[in-house]
Amino acid sequence: MASDSIAINPADVATRSVSERLHDWVVTVDHKKLGIMYIVYALIFLVIGGIEATVMRIQLMRPHNDFVSPQVFNRMFTMHGTTMIFFVVIPVMFGFANYLVPLMIGARDMAFPRLNAFSFWLTAFGGLLLYFSFVGGSGLYGAGNAPDMGWWAYAPLTARAFSPGHSADYWTLALLVSGFGSVGTAINIIATVICMRCPGMTLSRMPLFAWLNLVMAFMVILAICPLTAAQVMLCVDRYLGGHFFDTQAGGSAVLWMHFFWIFGHPEVYVLVIPAFAFLSEIIPVFSRKPIFGYPVMVAATVCIGFVSLSVWAHHMFTVGMNSYANSFFAITTFAVGVPTGIKIFNWLGTMWGGRIQFKVPMLFCIGFLFQFLIAGLTGIMLGTAPFNWQLSGSYFVVAHFHYVIVGGILFALFGAFYYWYPKITGRMFNETLGKLHFWLFVIGFHLTFDLMHIPGLLGMPRRIYTYEPGRGWDTLNFLVTIGAFVQGVAILVFVANLIISCFQGAQAGNDPWDAWTLEWSTSSPPPAYNFAQIPVVESRRPLWDIKHPEDPDWKYE
Amino acid sequence: MSKAAGIAVLLAGFLLATRLCFGTPAASSQTPNIFKPESTPADWIFHLSLFVLAITGLIFLLVFSLIVYAIVKYRKRDGGEHSEPPQVYGSNQVELAWTVIPVLIVLILFLATARVIHSVQDAPQPPQSVQVTAIGHQFWWEFRYPTLGIVTANELHVPVSDPSHPTPTFLTLLSADTDHSFWVPSLAGKTDLIPNHPNKMWIDPRETGVYLGQCAQYCGVEHAKMLLRVYVDSQEQFEQWAKEQEAEASSDSSAEAGRRVFESTGCINCHAVRGTVADGRFGPDLTHLMSRDTIAAGIAPNTPEYLRKWIQDPDSIKEGSLMPAMKLNDDDLDALIAYLGTLR
Amino acid sequence: MSSATFTDSPIESRGTLPSRGRVGMLSLIAAESAIFTIFVVAYLFYIGKSLSGPTPSDVLTIPVFGTLCLLSSSLTIHLAVRTLRNAKILSFGFWWFLTLMLGTIFLIGTGREWHRMIFDEGLTVSTNLFGTTYYSLVGLHAFHVTVGLIVIAIVMTLTVLGKVGSKYSERLEVFSLYWHFVDVVWVVVFTVVYVIGR
Repeated sequence: MASDSIAINPADVATRSVSERLHDWVVTVDHKKLGIMYIVYALIFLVIGGIEATVMRIQLMRPHNDFVSPQVFNRMFTMHGTTMIFFVVIPVMFGFANYLVPLMIGARDMAFPRLNAFSFWLTAFGGLLLYFSFVGGSGLYGAGNAPDMGWWAYAPLTARAFSPGHSADYWTLALLVSGFGSVGTAINIIATVICMRCPGMTLSRMPLFAWLNLVMAFMVILAICPLTAAQVMLCVDRYLGGHFFDTQAGGSAVLWMHFFWIFGHPEVYVLVIPAFAFLSEIIPVFSRKPIFGYPVMVAATVCIGFVSLSVWAHHMFTVGMNSYANSFFAITTFAVGVPTGIKIFNWLGTMWGGRIQFKVPMLFCIGFLFQFLIAGLTGIMLGTAPFNWQLSGSYFVVAHFHYVIVGGILFALFGAFYYWYPKITGRMFNETLGKLHFWLFVIGFHLTFDLMHIPGLLGMPRRIYTYEPGRGWDTLNFLVTIGAFVQGVAILVFVANLIISCFQGAQAGNDPWDAWTLEWSTSSPPPAYNFAQIPVVESRRPLWDIKHPEDPDWKYE
Repeated sequence: MSKAAGIAVLLAGFLLATRLCFGTPAASSQTPNIFKPESTPADWIFHLSLFVLAITGLIFLLVFSLIVYAIVKYRKRDGGEHSEPPQVYGSNQVELAWTVIPVLIVLILFLATARVIHSVQDAPQPPQSVQVTAIGHQFWWEFRYPTLGIVTANELHVPVSDPSHPTPTFLTLLSADTDHSFWVPSLAGKTDLIPNHPNKMWIDPRETGVYLGQCAQYCGVEHAKMLLRVYVDSQEQFEQWAKEQEAEASSDSSAEAGRRVFESTGCINCHAVRGTVADGRFGPDLTHLMSRDTIAAGIAPNTPEYLRKWIQDPDSIKEGSLMPAMKLNDDDLDALIAYLGTLR
Repeated sequence: MSSATFTDSPIESRGTLPSRGRVGMLSLIAAESAIFTIFVVAYLFYIGKSLSGPTPSDVLTIPVFGTLCLLSSSLTIHLAVRTLRNAKILSFGFWWFLTLMLGTIFLIGTGREWHRMIFDEGLTVSTNLFGTTYYSLVGLHAFHVTVGLIVIAIVMTLTVLGKVGSKYSERLEVFSLYWHFVDVVWVVVFTVVYVIGR
């Protein structure tokens, strides 16, 4: 009968074997599946990176500790940094972008689905190559041959003369490979946002999430490519006898620093702008008001994108640039704080006059606001070049950027996980476990990273595997380590919640949060084709217009 | 779950932090502290930092209070109406206000910052300053005083500087291998030692004493154990020290056996003892080894016991350092230690 | 119900959104430009800083003929795509083949120059800073030319097999953006290496 060939027989679906389902995931080009794969991949590496951090913190619990050798410790901080930046935050942000951007703009998939899959697998392979270094190669010291030059790999430490094994090679090649994947995804996001919006969705009616991911994608292209170039140069030095960074031949170690930080600084904005995107979607919904100052938010983000390309040498205030260069980078660093502050004020303005619901996603966003404020202010302190001459290379900097990445970005990420979990899985998470996760993590985070500022002020440099007693650093380091364990427990609660709720959570329905963007108009989880009919929109909050036909948004903006 | 609890934790942490920084005892040498400056560059940085802390502190208090107010006042009350609050889309005046004010703050901060940058970096070098060339090695510091003819290692001696007749010390910073950074928080901000990229810094310590610091740029496996000791001496003490350092090694015939061990087992390939055949430049100059309090870049005290350990098994003190284990027999080692003991 | 300050804007039809291929290729070009910029910066920074060995003016000869060929290939590829849009397959095949030839001549010229510099003048990538930066920059460009030529060769083969029609003109136009980019990069590299750096 004709209908047999078209109808999906539920019995067939239920009896598909594990290998068939696995095959589905491996060959998929569906943005939703790829998004989930990116996110799961990142979560696994989050745990691994956390273990690396824990190893370091145990070693630093007391002075002259011998939990691990210096060689192992140096590999730990290199791998921890490299993993967290390249194989946790970038993939997870790409995962959310992949999943949500097409849904939010009313499209059926990304612009280039096959490029999407290819980019994911490149990134995944890069991570595996990096971790293969623990077991492969001809290691000279402990812990195999994992990279041990720091995640910023300064020259000439990375030259063959000073890194004779393969640790620098694993770092370079793994990041080159995953870098191509990142650029591929960035190109995809740009093409998707520009070319695939549904009818009626002008750029000024796009959700801020789409706007901010567009800016992020441009920055990926402008940031990762300089790193790619510098890494190719490093390969030329190491394998072909080149002299790009060979100080004995007249080469410049500072040139590597410039190239690296031309990547490194915009990179942190690549990490944080998607976090801003999460906040810009979650805070309005739980304040029950539209985002305050949408055009200003867009302008501020674009401004951040441009200005952040000009601040890179604030990582190099101590290398001996002249006073004019130092002054230039100080003022650009201060300047980039202005649009960033504007965004904080706009989120505050969104909450102001609202009816705030303290659901778990909102708790994390509020945590972000407090913590990112502090992080930004310690950033201003670090931008003050002379103050930087004391603080740079110390635990103050470590505390600052962990405040940004953990207190800011990771909190926003947790918020995003809880907010879109119902959409992705179709189930509600456990609210109690979510709140437990939040409070445990707040306590652990502050114990660790508030206190961590102080050893820096007392002269403790970073990247040291041990320290002398009696400098006032001992107790502080001990407490910092305790906080790390508390955070670890919180993460376990989080992962448990994610898994348990998958099986036991209540059915979520299309729109559990009474939200306003297009992803909430389709089922949870969405069907493969996203929307039965491509939507037509008339304002920034299409679902608000549907729910409030007497007072639609397009009357006001 | 009380929001107040979270806020209290934050405030407590903040207060604890300030107390720990400003409340530490005045023993400046044993606890490096950027808020206890003892030299002009560190002073200027300290005062600038107070200014920046004040501004950022005010911003923090203001925004923090506004966020707390918003959370408390605009929370959804139970049993309240289920209608949506007034939908406000933005306000140009408000946006303008919170753009203009931060821009002004940025300008003020920048002016204050640029002034200190210029003062420190473009400070003229007075003729009576002491000149030192610091060369960073994996994992020790070489100090040369070109005008005084001195070569030493790891422990830097400088004269105290009287503000009325300043005798600052100007350091030229070089590196023999990877990147390092000279950081003694009480005396100045840090400046990097980068190969093929000479840098300059200066200090003018006001108080005699020993100031601690360490390498602050990751330079390899034993970066953590590349410590710094700056001895600020009175003028007389410094001149005395300089005279002793400039002299060649004292020839003490009682240690002939040890000297022969030193000269025949490869020590001279790396180390120099001026006045003898030893002129290696790869390792620290040992001409006046006994004038130093520590060995291995501050990691171990300079005692015969630790010297033995360092020579026989350096990895037990500083794993991965470039000092090879010399594998001497006991007699040779005893003689060698006796010889080194004569290098005052 | 007043409409306040906002009036309905007409609903955009899908047709007014730019094409994905074009946006994608332009983004790729932006990415590649960033990579080339870093190599150019390194080249400019190291001009005159070699400690030893042959200098640019010792060994460089200006590749006039190769440059003319490469730049002309931009014109021929443009003509090729235009004739394809008008479904003139034979014309297309002619111009496309010319593009392939001109690009190949450029590559051969580069290869011959390198052979001379390596074996006659003794300049390799490890000789000095000039050698490192020169071979890296020109080599990176030549690599991009090679990739382009491979694609052109594949399309040439498909054309000869009769599989290329006017419906592919959009795609080949997008590819031609890449080829134009490669030419613009050569103008920059040429200026930096043979004009400024000599």
